[in-house]
Amino acid sequence: MTVAMDAPKDAFRLSQLIYDTRYRSYTIQVIVLLVFVAFLAWLLNNTAANLAAKDKDIDFSFLWARAGYDIDQQLIPYTNDSTHFRALLIGLLNTMAVAILACISATVLGVTVGILRLSKNWLVARLMTVYVEVFRNVPLLLWIVLCFALFSELPKEPKDFKVTQEMVDSWAGPEEGRIYPAASMIFMDTVAVTNRGTNVPKPLLHRPLGVIDVGGIPINLSTIAVLAVFGASLWVNRRIRAHAKAVQEATGVRPVTWWKSLAVIFLPTIVMLAVLGLHFEVPAFPANEAGVSKGFNFQGGINVAHSFTALLIALTVYSATYIAEGVRAGILAISKGQTEAAYALGLRPGRTMSLIILPQALRVIIPPLISQYLNITKNTTLGMAISYLDLKGTLGGITLNQTGRELECMLLMMLIYLCISLMISAVMNVYNNSVKLKER
Amino acid sequence: MSDSSFIRSEMLQPQIPPVSERGIVKWLRENLFSGWLNSILTILALVALYFALSNSLPWVLNGVWDAGSLNDCRAILAARGEDAVGACWAVLSRWNQFIYGFYPVELYWRPTLAAALLIVALAPVLYFGLRRPTTYMTGGIGLLLLLSLFGLKTDTWHIGLAAAVFGALTAVAWLLPKKLLYVTLAFPGIGFWLLWGGSAWGPVAVMIGLGLVGALALWTIPRIGMILAALLAALLFLSWFMDPISSVLDFFGMILGWVLAPETVASILRPVAGLRDLLPLQPHVSGGLQSLLPVSLEQVDSDQFGGFLLAFVIGVTAISASLPIGIVLALGRRSDMPLVKMICVGFIEFVRGVPLITMLFTASLLLQYFLPPQTNFDLILRVIILVTLFAAAYIAEVVRGGLAALPRGQYEAADALGLDYWQAQRLIILPQALKISIPGIVSSFIGLFKDTTLVALVGLADPLQGIRKIVLADTDWKGIYWEPFIFVGCIFFVVCFSMSRYSMYLEQKLKTDHR
Repeated sequence: MTVAMDAPKDAFRLSQLIYDTRYRSYTIQVIVLLVFVAFLAWLLNNTAANLAAKDKDIDFSFLWARAGYDIDQQLIPYTNDSTHFRALLIGLLNTMAVAILACISATVLGVTVGILRLSKNWLVARLMTVYVEVFRNVPLLLWIVLCFALFSELPKEPKDFKVTQEMVDSWAGPEEGRIYPAASMIFMDTVAVTNRGTNVPKPLLHRPLGVIDVGGIPINLSTIAVLAVFGASLWVNRRIRAHAKAVQEATGVRPVTWWKSLAVIFLPTIVMLAVLGLHFEVPAFPANEAGVSKGFNFQGGINVAHSFTALLIALTVYSATYIAEGVRAGILAISKGQTEAAYALGLRPGRTMSLIILPQALRVIIPPLISQYLNITKNTTLGMAISYLDLKGTLGGITLNQTGRELECMLLMMLIYLCISLMISAVMNVYNNSVKLKER
Repeated sequence: MSDSSFIRSEMLQPQIPPVSERGIVKWLRENLFSGWLNSILTILALVALYFALSNSLPWVLNGVWDAGSLNDCRAILAARGEDAVGACWAVLSRWNQFIYGFYPVELYWRPTLAAALLIVALAPVLYFGLRRPTTYMTGGIGLLLLLSLFGLKTDTWHIGLAAAVFGALTAVAWLLPKKLLYVTLAFPGIGFWLLWGGSAWGPVAVMIGLGLVGALALWTIPRIGMILAALLAALLFLSWFMDPISSVLDFFGMILGWVLAPETVASILRPVAGLRDLLPLQPHVSGGLQSLLPVSLEQVDSDQFGGFLLAFVIGVTAISASLPIGIVLALGRRSDMPLVKMICVGFIEFVRGVPLITMLFTASLLLQYFLPPQTNFDLILRVIILVTLFAAAYIAEVVRGGLAALPRGQYEAADALGLDYWQAQRLIILPQALKISIPGIVSSFIGLFKDTTLVALVGLADPLQGIRKIVLADTDWKGIYWEPFIFVGCIFFVVCFSMSRYSMYLEQKLKTDHR
């Protein structure tokens, strides 16, 4: 006869710490903790010893000292009398500017290319494949440096855009038309690409709302007002669509909304801009009465440095290939049965794409898209190769070299990049969760 | 009793389809002009293609291959005609700098041999020890190597040596293809010795040490369990390569120094001070072997490395080292032990959150703060270490994706079979997870190889920025800029493109489902 008994309770033996799976994980964790703490202590000890040997300390007060160097591209006012912290802010803004623009343009280009690569058109699909393979199998640095070389070596000098005395003398009169200088501007005579930068028109307001200063950072009230009006329009548009949906649910007929949406989204903003008196200042050479240009460079407008343009273009064409691959993979991942089911329900191809395929494909497309945005942001540091003064160029470049505080500058810079990355992934993860498949 | 007036007695011959439904017209209609949108796209694409080709092809094909300088080039082009355009491919006469950097010209056979051996070392991994492809690859690489050695004007002795080595390797590949794995295991030592030169016994002692550590671990794990075996192996590793005794003595000295006078501490530690010279063992072994049998090659310093040689050294080392580290990190991130998981997550997220350039600048500026005073080692080695850590974090995320994609049943089945953690990982989980992650791993590798160009920013002579600028600094070639870009870009393209094609082959080969 057998009797159910409790398992024998052995006394705890030391060897159980190693051989018993119940305790082993604690042993391992204790060892890992010891090794980790010892490693950290070793690092800190070395750092302290090295700092002491070089007679240095860790001190961030250099951030408030005079920077003493100039930065070409400044989104907020900055002179070489400003502090290093101000230079850091300028660098951060420059990083964000090129990163945000590159994200937008790379997404547009990438989605287009990704869809075209799936096109039934043999030639277009092949061309897009060639584009994707060529651009993503060659280092980004090459594209950046190549773009920069193209911009700074190929275009004309600013003086080629001038109207000289000889041109005026040989001009036959108004019936010949206007005088054409050696080089001509593009986009209806508004943009001049020279070897010293691209001159683009500058938006100005006749009746600006003014500027307030928040902690040294100027905030343009006109921009805020325009953005607020645009945001309000978007909200009203959402209400219109929600109403249309409610009507559709109730009656089965969806009211026509497209012209309402168009009007609501764009009209208020346009009116607002008109009230503020938006006009553009086109870059041009000042001229005397005879029409002969004076000066050495364009007056007015904004001079965009080639480092910015080249970095933006190179980041766009390079990252777009990755986004295109993500889009293609996302669309291919949706099984053919979905398309066939949509056709069986009587949906037209366009609506099949927008109502059935894309919403499902987005779930596959978004995660790689997030990591591409992160990559773009991190890759802006490559602008260093063409002297684009982003965060790496100011804080991690000139400030570091001037003050000799490698440890502080590098740690601060890593921290800032880490924060940017974590912020982007947090924002995009919220979006990703909103389109995620709602499972059981 | 048919009442039909007419019955066809023979079938009509089938007619050929109308013109629009056959041949090239059908293909054109279906693939290029199937609708108004497609027709517009086709025409736009044709126009774009025409512009691109009409502008670039004459320039490429009309290039000058034989000129001493850019001015010569322009003179030759001008002599061909008034508006003749053409590339100046003659700048590629500096190809050896793009490939080898500043490596001594008479020693070019060493990196070349190392590259050939690298491919042989890869063959058993790439082709799973299959006899035919392995042999063809070894033999083919051997022939290529001999041809390029002739081209590099290597002396007969070294060509003979290379021929003998590759003859032997091809024979091994044919007879015992799996044994080539030993070449793979030994390659890190051989490659290092061929590239940097110096005494052969240094790398040999390093390899012996690693072999001993591995053998000790393999021998002790079944006997005393994982933890003790790992501790023993770590102890052997430390005493072979580092100097734990001095560190321990320093540590005790520091503790004692808090309570005792410095002289007392010194007198307490004096009897054991002799132990300080005992470790590490590795220099003793290599020094002893070198004095017994001196074998050495001419030493080449790290600052003579450059061009694609540098890119490959950094890329190949970081790729091969980052895969195992990445797998361990991924396993750690999915571990049940909260502490291990926390450390792995912290490391991975930190590294993935910062740009590679900051890591490279850490290598060049900050590492000197974090390492013991007076430690000063090679910039290339420091860069390799940080690039490896950087790549490992990315690989860890890819592998984690593969691990997460496995159905839970696989883990439970492994447990049900009574396999322990490492057996389950080795036999069940990792083979499937790695198979899923191949595309991601290979694209990480491609990214890593492309990122080797960034080392130019910390002052190493990579092919793109470092060497190109040196060539441009030459008065003969000042002002040339398309051709070096195209040359460097083409080599990068070939390497990266073949990697991505190989990953597709591997995916097909390992595919076991029947979809």
